[in-house]
Amino acid sequence: MSETYVTPDGRTIGAPVLEMKNITLRFGGVVAIKDISFDIREGEIRAIIGPNGAGKSSMLNVINGFYHPQEGEIWFRGAKRKPMKPYQIAQQGIARTFQNIALFKGMSTLDNIMTGRFNQMKTNIALQILWKGPAEREEQENREIVEKVIDFLEIQAIRKTPVGALPYGLQKRVELGRALAAQPKLLLLDEPMAGMNVEEKEDMSRFILDVNDEFGTTIALIEHDMGVVMDISDRVVVMDYGKKIGDGSPDEVRNNQDVIDAYLGVDHG
Amino acid sequence: MVSKNNVLPEGLDTFPKLLARNAKQWANAPAYREKEYGIWQSWTWSEVFEEVNALAMGYVALGLNEGDYVAIIGRNRPYLYWAMLAAQAAGGIPVPLYQDANAEEMAYVLEHCGARFIVAEDQEQVDKVLEVQDNLPNVDQIIYFDKRGMRKYEHQHLNAYEDVQAEGRAGHYRLAPVLAERQAKLTEDSTCVMLYTSGTTGKPKGVVLSNTNIIASAKASSEFDNLSASDSVLAYLPMAWVGDFIFSIGQSCWTGFCVACPESPETMQADLREIGPSYFFAPPRFFEGLLTNVMIRIEDASPLKKRLFHKYMAHAKKVGPALLDGEEVSFMDKLKYKIGDFLIYAPLKNTLGLSKVRVGYTAGEAIGPEIFEFYRSLGINLKQLYGQTEASVFITQQPDGQVRVDTVGVPSPGVEIRIADSGEVFYRSPGVFVEYYKNQESTADTKDADGWVATGDAGFIEEESGHLRIIDRAKDVGQMADGSLFAPKFVENKLKFFPNILEAVVFGDGRETCTAFINIDLNAVANWAERNNVAYGSYQELAGNPQVYNIIQEHIEEVNKSVATDAMLSGCQIHRFLVLHKELDPDDGEMTRTRKVRRKIVGEKFQDLIEALYDGSTSVSTETEVTYEDGRKGLIKATLELRDVAVVPVNKEVAA
Repeated sequence: MSETYVTPDGRTIGAPVLEMKNITLRFGGVVAIKDISFDIREGEIRAIIGPNGAGKSSMLNVINGFYHPQEGEIWFRGAKRKPMKPYQIAQQGIARTFQNIALFKGMSTLDNIMTGRFNQMKTNIALQILWKGPAEREEQENREIVEKVIDFLEIQAIRKTPVGALPYGLQKRVELGRALAAQPKLLLLDEPMAGMNVEEKEDMSRFILDVNDEFGTTIALIEHDMGVVMDISDRVVVMDYGKKIGDGSPDEVRNNQDVIDAYLGVDHG
Repeated sequence: MVSKNNVLPEGLDTFPKLLARNAKQWANAPAYREKEYGIWQSWTWSEVFEEVNALAMGYVALGLNEGDYVAIIGRNRPYLYWAMLAAQAAGGIPVPLYQDANAEEMAYVLEHCGARFIVAEDQEQVDKVLEVQDNLPNVDQIIYFDKRGMRKYEHQHLNAYEDVQAEGRAGHYRLAPVLAERQAKLTEDSTCVMLYTSGTTGKPKGVVLSNTNIIASAKASSEFDNLSASDSVLAYLPMAWVGDFIFSIGQSCWTGFCVACPESPETMQADLREIGPSYFFAPPRFFEGLLTNVMIRIEDASPLKKRLFHKYMAHAKKVGPALLDGEEVSFMDKLKYKIGDFLIYAPLKNTLGLSKVRVGYTAGEAIGPEIFEFYRSLGINLKQLYGQTEASVFITQQPDGQVRVDTVGVPSPGVEIRIADSGEVFYRSPGVFVEYYKNQESTADTKDADGWVATGDAGFIEEESGHLRIIDRAKDVGQMADGSLFAPKFVENKLKFFPNILEAVVFGDGRETCTAFINIDLNAVANWAERNNVAYGSYQELAGNPQVYNIIQEHIEEVNKSVATDAMLSGCQIHRFLVLHKELDPDDGEMTRTRKVRRKIVGEKFQDLIEALYDGSTSVSTETEVTYEDGRKGLIKATLELRDVAVVPVNKEVAA
């Protein structure tokens, strides 16, 4: 594929932000990911789909620095990435959400989303305790960013509600909010629609499209349910048993025989 | 006839003039507030004046002509109020629409008024307009406020609000004289606004209200309650409703008080608490809901708090209303009320956001005596008023010190009232509407040559107090088979006073007996279910639960006892009922957008259920079409139980 391409709805997709080259990840004898290569381009919505246990979350954890692959290279903005800690990767502008919500249940929505700004805070603890000058200004700046996220996700009504008391769909939204608060260049979403009803899925799809459209954020998302993802993604990687079995536009993937087999099931013998 | 020329003071007979005055007189006082990004943003009158003019000039630059209709669609936001004021400033006529209306309903109104400009709040509203645009040849420009998601649209006839303002500001030298020229032509007789009635029957009608109508009503009502620039309101009721126009634009521009808009519809309660308005309006439904919530919370509170609450509320009930009316109360009772105020009433009012309410109104439907008493006993000056879109709201209202639950008050200043032989209430006032737009026939049916308007409500004036009492909608009052009077609203209101009952529809016109549909209040009943370990999977399942039926049955039997004591209406006791499997909903056409039941449509739609109520069967299976918020349709199936209720025997001869 050339350096840039234009989507059917008229967005121009740029050069690769992240390139995964021949990634292999093993846990002892188990091969979770086997020699997978693909790229994520500037401004696109890239989906990684596949049946349960295909290695999707592991892939996200590799991108995010939780796991370090035994083989292969990760290139970030045209340069090879050294093995890094997750927080260092976060500082590069990569944020994520988790499959099984990882919020602070006892804290309010506002405070949870504020934690998304933690990496961007620069004043030291002494100044923060004194609550003077730079610390106060910084808090205000960060609060403003967080308030814009709250407004964007339409969760003003639960600003002060402890997250643990919220229904599942809203918790997912708060988690997206926390990731957005970091103002990421690349947003990784791990099954953002798992366990949601149709209406919640539609809302979440709307938010994902709006994030991409409003902030130009590149998005990589994982789903095992093909339905919604096919409608909102520009390109789709399909994984099965740790291997890549398809890569391309939703239409191409939908008509790929290997993909159909993986989803409908064939004899793997 | 009221001579029109003497109604309004010189120089204050149009809204552009009022706004110019306010920008001078209260230049730095807050005019509008809105909570955004978690902070209350505010605009002074001089800022509002500038914003409105910039938008008005932008309208002109986009080609708005004098007399053009400008439709406004969205929730209460300062920007949309300015869009209405700007329409007037540019010589146009604002037409606010119900924001939750679906595309079809919107198409009807937009087509009927022939709106050329549409100001929509966000993508959702723009989408609705675009969906029906092919049938609306008149629509020329759509202006949207929230830019989110709008980037990919074709922008030939689509502009962002701030861009329109920027264009207006840029063309200031060219456009300001045009505005001045157009405003000079406006008079007190020019159309101020066109509001569509919610229409309990048939299609909505466009009520044309002149500057005199609105400004005179705003002036008279502001003087009635001594409203001033230091008052404040929270604007949260639909902008398309006449009351909101009178409060948030009419009275606000007249007296200069500040209008606050909530952050989002869901935060209204929290915003109310933060703003603490001094002037507050809410339909009975709101006060009922609030009281239900309070009671639910108290049920969950610790025993000590519960005891304190009940002890002091009992005392408040005894002396609170009397204190509010300035009557004599013994010293000990006063002292006890003070303690109660410190412990219970003040904190409760503060939590509800009603601490500062000096004048509170409820209208639209009858309010339950217990609900009304609850708020008054807390020391909140809640009063009732009776009004209509056609009257620019005010027909009657209750003066301080003469507040009662069973009347709607004395005629508002400048209003004359007459009761026809049929019992229907007629009124005449400076607020009486000009006409129904493009509907001479209905205008003539409603308003006679002398300016008397038929309300469609049956009522009478109490001789000793001069207060008006409303019995029911005139056309709903009927006769039962034995000739006794049938007044469904009278019974329904009694039923709705129970927190567990959200809505009730009573049938019985021309029949031997009365029957009823009941809608449970999900909040109250779900809380009861939780406390009693009753499991349910859906609204439908909860509604059909036999224990829920038992509760409703008890409520109805209590109502029957109370109905039986009324000599005229004792025939209206309910013999059989069922609990509906779905909530009555405006999206399904069963209610108006202001949430009044459309009796006829409900009757037609659930014909099979009514038949079953009268043929003696004990259960009935039914299928109902429902409309989802996005316009898709679905079908729900249910088998409903029908129950008999004990009635109190009435001696017919005595009753007659």
